[in-house]
Amino acid sequence: MAETVLTNPGQSPARLEGWRGIAADWASDQRAFKNVSWGKAMMWIFLLSDTFIFSCFLLSYMTARMSTTVPWPNPSEVFALNIAGNHIPLILIAIMTFVLISSSGTMAMAVNFGYRRDRVRTAILMLVTAAFGATFVGMQAFEWTKLIMEGVRPWGNPWGAPQFGASFFMITGFHGTHVTFGVIFLIAIARKVLRGDFDVERRGFFTSRKGYYEIVEITGLYWHFVDLVWVFIFAFFYLW
Amino acid sequence: MVDIPYEGIPGIPPAEVPDVELYHPRSWWTRYVFSQDAKVIAIQYSLTATAIGLVALVLSWLMRLQLGFPGTFSFIDANQYLQFITMHGMIMVIYLLTALFLGGFGNYLIPLMVGARDMVFPYVNMLSYWVYLLAVLVLASTFFVPGGPTGAGWTLYPPQAILSGTPGQDWGIILMMASLILFIIGFTMGGLNYVVTVLQARTRGMTLMRLPLTVWGIFTATVMALLAFPALFVASVMLLLDRLLGTSFFMPALVEMGTLSKYGGGSPLLFQHLFWFFGHPEVYIVALPAFGIVSDLISTHARKNIFGYRMMVWAIVAIGALSFIVWAHHMYVSGMFPQFGYFFATTTLIIAIPTAIKVYNWVLTLWRGDIHLTVPMLFALGFIITFVNGGLTGLFLGNVVVDVPLSDTMFVVAHFHMVMGVAPIMVVLGAIYHWYPKVTGRMLNDAMGKFHFWVTFLGAYLIFFPMHYLGLLGVPRRYFELGDATFIPSSAHSLNAFISVVALTVGFSQMVFLFNLVWSLFKGEASGGNPWRATTLEWQTPETPPGHGNWGKELPVVYRWAYDYSVPGAAEDFIPQNQPPRATQLVQGAAS
Repeated sequence: MAETVLTNPGQSPARLEGWRGIAADWASDQRAFKNVSWGKAMMWIFLLSDTFIFSCFLLSYMTARMSTTVPWPNPSEVFALNIAGNHIPLILIAIMTFVLISSSGTMAMAVNFGYRRDRVRTAILMLVTAAFGATFVGMQAFEWTKLIMEGVRPWGNPWGAPQFGASFFMITGFHGTHVTFGVIFLIAIARKVLRGDFDVERRGFFTSRKGYYEIVEITGLYWHFVDLVWVFIFAFFYLW
Repeated sequence: MVDIPYEGIPGIPPAEVPDVELYHPRSWWTRYVFSQDAKVIAIQYSLTATAIGLVALVLSWLMRLQLGFPGTFSFIDANQYLQFITMHGMIMVIYLLTALFLGGFGNYLIPLMVGARDMVFPYVNMLSYWVYLLAVLVLASTFFVPGGPTGAGWTLYPPQAILSGTPGQDWGIILMMASLILFIIGFTMGGLNYVVTVLQARTRGMTLMRLPLTVWGIFTATVMALLAFPALFVASVMLLLDRLLGTSFFMPALVEMGTLSKYGGGSPLLFQHLFWFFGHPEVYIVALPAFGIVSDLISTHARKNIFGYRMMVWAIVAIGALSFIVWAHHMYVSGMFPQFGYFFATTTLIIAIPTAIKVYNWVLTLWRGDIHLTVPMLFALGFIITFVNGGLTGLFLGNVVVDVPLSDTMFVVAHFHMVMGVAPIMVVLGAIYHWYPKVTGRMLNDAMGKFHFWVTFLGAYLIFFPMHYLGLLGVPRRYFELGDATFIPSSAHSLNAFISVVALTVGFSQMVFLFNLVWSLFKGEASGGNPWRATTLEWQTPETPPGHGNWGKELPVVYRWAYDYSVPGAAEDFIPQNQPPRATQLVQGAAS
């Protein structure tokens, strides 16, 4: 994927520190971000664009919630579960959040082992991450099912403002789609890692570019981003 | 800024990035159809955009027929008129101009101008085009579905956009949303490529402050598009959900066709905010590439360095940044909290400063230049004049108190057609005349070009100047016919007929241009590699048209900025960016 993984730091004269260093890099030729490969730069810029998408979704939801004249359903009640006779608010969301945050941990470990070229551990940790992600999506499906059984629809619900269901299904659905894509990427990359594609620099099927272990980190960037977005959704939708 | 020799030429930094290995096509299909070469993708983008743009041109003729001669043409009814308006606007703004400037010119020029072999991710770049093509096909399909395309106006304001009574309520609006979502996905894939190529794949010696302004314009516009299109994406998704699932994001409780609709509690204003958070940057997404390209055309054809290069760059960046905080000047009459108007009017007028810097610098570049009135130069001059005109009426519309009476009149139509319709199209045409020799190896016919310019330029003024007057009279926009309103004098009707006749003439004159494009491909004069004697890298390729990989074996090394025209003492009146300074010094030594 990336042609630009390694540069020889010995070649460049002493790099300046701080703001002067940034100014020097941007005034230089060839690359504005030294030691950043094309693939990684592209993922960062994509995530910036995606941030704007999620921001627009969340701002729209907040606008709807603040401007509606009908009471907003109480999330603590709506998202409560009865477990062994105990009424526990937000318990499922708490578990889901815990699972997703844990997956960020395993992902970070996978990146570490990737750079150590430890094929098996990298692949296992990526698959564990994918399993956490799939668990998250599964629990989300359970939550959706529960709410739909209770009568929540995109156009209305038994407890108040119809925008509750609309925003909920749209935002968690869009986020869940992101997680699902992440799981697919993780499995695909883990397979390549396990097969040793990046040790022999095997060429991609579609792109015919050589693969590097850096793709593990790039996948990780995406995964951490999806987790971070969940924190905001969690805060603004469930805790508000 | 004169030629500053690169300090320590022996020490031009070593290549930080190993030369890329390109994907080499193995068959006719992967070479010309599913090609990963940015130059082929650029041509595909341009042809697709032009094709759908011709549809929009025909729609404008139909609208003008109706406006000029109301009641004469029985095949145009009120619903169709609204559909024509909607599709004309949407196609021209997004599927033609955005796609042509960024997908067409961006793909062709960025790798060549920064000295790269291709975009950084050619495969993703190819996907970008095919998703764009799909978006265009979905859009075009709305002409053939039951109910036809949507007639909601290109701004697609809810609630009317999705209520019955608006044409295209069944299929048109749904497919329009789907097409927009596809366009944004496709554009994002391409846009990421353009940005990363400019930032991370320049050749040795090519610093950001040596980039031709064309690249600066396209680059800044792409960054803006990556940040502005998300708002349109979200607005489209939510409107689609409102229409398909019956959610009420944008829909208040209202009576539809005599019955209370199922909607309630949504905010139509929210859509307008989202739409214009995209919509206003979109104006500059179209304008900034035009600014950049026209700077290069003027400098090249006036044989003079661009005046105030650094200020030109910073003006582009400043305009790009400011354009994100002016969106609500489209909403002065929408029922927004009135004091917001102060803020948005102020930011709007502040944009005039960097814009004026650019106009002054273009004029100062021309000042005492060796002006060659070639066809690209004519179009560039036409652009400056048209843009100034359109910009000045922007001052009227940017002020709240002046805007309110002018809102929704023909004055607005005249303003935005001047500033983001005619002006960027002038640049597109000039740029095609300028770069056609590099793309095909042949010059476009000059006589046909000059005819095309004068008819287009004068015609555009005959069309849009009278519209300002109509607007001041209070003639509303988007009306199927004016009827016999007493405040509209009969002269306005004859003026409308006049505009229609000119519009049809100018429209048909574009056929001369299309004929020129095809004719010159076979019969045009051979151009050689650098017919305009220009400095930028794309004219220095070993082959014309540039081959796969652009540069042959060795990537070029850049020693100077892009505007070394008429350097005193130099042997020629231009010094290519990749010419080492030593050669200049030798020539200078010989001269003295």
